[in-house]
Amino acid sequence: MQAKWTIAPAPHVRDNVTSRRIMIDVCLALAPAGIMSIVYFGAAAAGLIAISVLTCVLTEYLYQRLTGAKVTVGDWSAVVTGLLLAYNIPASAPWWIPVVGGVFAILIVKQLFGGIGSNFMNPALTARAVLFISWGSIMGAYPATQLMADTVSGATPLALLAEDASQVNLVDLLIGNCGGVLGETCKIALILGGVYLIVRGIIDWRVPACFIGMVFVCYLFMGGFDLALKEILAGGLMLGAFFMATDYATTPTSVLGRCIMGAGCGLLCFVIRAFANYPEGCSFAILFMNVATPLIDRFTMTKHFGEVKKHG
Amino acid sequence: MFGKQMFPGGVHPHEGVGGKAANQGNAIREMPAPRRVIIPLSMHIGAPARPVVQKGDHVLMGQVIAEAGGFVSAPIHASVSGTVLEIGEAQMPNGAIVRAILIDNDFRDEWVELHPCGHPETLTPAEAQQVIREAGIVGMGGAAFPTAVKLTPAPGKVIEKLILNGAECEPYLTADHRLMLEKAVEIVDGLRLVMLAFGVKDAIIGIEDNKPDAIAAMRAAAKPVDGIRVQALPVRYPQGGEKQLIYALTRRVVPNGGLPLDVGCVVCNVGTMYAIDQAIREGRPLVQRVTTIGGLVQNPGNYLVRIGTPVRHLLDACGGLRAEAKMLVSGGPMMGQAFNNLETPVTKGTSGIIALGADSLDPDEGPCIRCGRCMRACPMKLLPVHMDHFIREFNYNEAERLGVMNCIECGACTYVCPAKRLLTQSFRMGKKVITARRKAAAELAKKEKEEAERERAAREAAEKKEG
Ligand code: SF4
Ligand code: SF4
Repeated sequence: MQAKWTIAPAPHVRDNVTSRRIMIDVCLALAPAGIMSIVYFGAAAAGLIAISVLTCVLTEYLYQRLTGAKVTVGDWSAVVTGLLLAYNIPASAPWWIPVVGGVFAILIVKQLFGGIGSNFMNPALTARAVLFISWGSIMGAYPATQLMADTVSGATPLALLAEDASQVNLVDLLIGNCGGVLGETCKIALILGGVYLIVRGIIDWRVPACFIGMVFVCYLFMGGFDLALKEILAGGLMLGAFFMATDYATTPTSVLGRCIMGAGCGLLCFVIRAFANYPEGCSFAILFMNVATPLIDRFTMTKHFGEVKKHG
Repeated sequence: MFGKQMFPGGVHPHEGVGGKAANQGNAIREMPAPRRVIIPLSMHIGAPARPVVQKGDHVLMGQVIAEAGGFVSAPIHASVSGTVLEIGEAQMPNGAIVRAILIDNDFRDEWVELHPCGHPETLTPAEAQQVIREAGIVGMGGAAFPTAVKLTPAPGKVIEKLILNGAECEPYLTADHRLMLEKAVEIVDGLRLVMLAFGVKDAIIGIEDNKPDAIAAMRAAAKPVDGIRVQALPVRYPQGGEKQLIYALTRRVVPNGGLPLDVGCVVCNVGTMYAIDQAIREGRPLVQRVTTIGGLVQNPGNYLVRIGTPVRHLLDACGGLRAEAKMLVSGGPMMGQAFNNLETPVTKGTSGIIALGADSLDPDEGPCIRCGRCMRACPMKLLPVHMDHFIREFNYNEAERLGVMNCIECGACTYVCPAKRLLTQSFRMGKKVITARRKAAAELAKKEKEEAERERAAREAAEKKEG
């Protein structure tokens, strides 16, 4: 009877939240935006999303099998990367774009740096940047949605905003009836997903709040309320603020660090959009802050409880 | 900053079958004495007690069978009347084998003559310390630190506030809850006597607000006494951690490496205070305690148990374990120790014996996803994810710089980690290594100093000769 009882060091209870549960929640939160992209861009969108997710999962599986590492595709993190990558591709892209992007994201950015949690840049965003640099004309083409009037076909709201804010219709921005990459168009779907993640305690509300708030305030000073409102609803800002600037591996862990992350992204995004004449500044802003993350982590270390001057 | 009566961090651990909900309504019952008690000589922090009886001696209940082995130590009393079988061994919940006195029970429960205190309300501090010391009282919340030592302030320090810990924040445990319901008057009386003896004007009783009946009972008991306040605390583990409780109740922060007395506080568990009251009023030594038997046992309950009762006897009395039980833990599930020897005895610090199922076995560790949950959960505001990283690289210096020595091993970080990393476990190990290194370094330094001293003396002697 004696040896029947397991011996292990405390604690002996665990929360039922697992890494896998968190990743599945992120996928759920991304789902509305994915559905809207299929509504707007049709079967092409569905195909690209499927190819991207499959590529990411398969790459991770094969890499881990071939290197003899533990196969961890069951943690759903590759699915998240696949979705995010697909959401950053225009609907007009050929099938091999997500394949190249997926392999790059998982193999180079994630696995070669040690797998989940160890990569220092967001895999999907890095892949997007690389695709953008290599095949700019494919990645920079923003087809019109199926519901759009022909007059504005192709031009993203960001490009229009840079010319004249009144050209852009606020309702179209909100529901996503505007040009852009797959997953970034429907802001309502993205906000819904983001709020879900905040409520579930998976992401810190401070990151999107600081990020979006910063962009808003900057544009408020530059061009007034109407422009500021439309700017935060245009382009990849919502997708980036809720889903990419909150990526655990590549953003600071402390509360203050996360505020800095959000605000930094916002500021950079504004600068790139407004002054570098490069409307899609959001991705690069996040990537830049990813690189700065270890530094932010180091400088935002908090005092321990008890690390105080002695009580008088 | 942390809201009302809050310490930083913390978690809400969940409970399983046979938890607080199942047990808090069970009144304290007396556990029949076992045929034989096994009373360990080191069941407190400090030097082991020294036996003063021999094999074959007849002992009475409450008789001293071992005297304190030093200043930080406690005497031990027989919890049954009967014959000393041998001075043998016992296995403690942490696996250590320690010396123990085994007594065969004659089931007569003959007590030694008790000497209640003649003037309980006018004790001097020294007298109170003596009564508490002689009754063998140690912290009954689990730490088992000798209470008389705790109540002996270093020169220059004064006890300004007495804090009574009724938080009972560990899941499953309900012993303190029941005690507060059933012995509120005695606990408050003990507190009052200690306040009188040490001239303390201010006492706070902290109770988590999931025990409204205990709060009401203690408030009613404390009402006629000046200077005692009962404070409801939010449910949040580790609310009963000494530093966390002091902060929640007084907003004072115990400095790292310091003691509660550095901020004028002494914290006692409610069970300890009950034992103190018994010692002063009735002259009773600590020979039994209230222990929760919970989790996957047939009939969970709260029992008044003789110190030295083997766990096997307790489980039998509760109808045995359920088939799903996979793990036995002494204490609560967050900080308690898993053990597998059913002859392990109940000690002065055993707040509970709980049986846990398969969901308490360690899941596979996954890679850290850097979610930051562990940092938010840490009540000491440490950085578990980073400390763990360094300890696993054997970089103890860096882990020490990050404050691993201030880790109170509460388990909150391990509890929340979605990757199921063994964080607390890693810190416990790291702290041991660092402590051992510090000790080795101190010894080396001492040796070198002695060496230098000797050399100097030799040189001086030689110089003198020459001169
Ligand atoms: S075990 Fe240590 S590091 Fe972990 S939460 Fe508790 S005090 Fe913090
Ligand atoms: S809780 Fe676990 S997974 Fe999250 S940062 Fe801490 S160690 Fe890593």
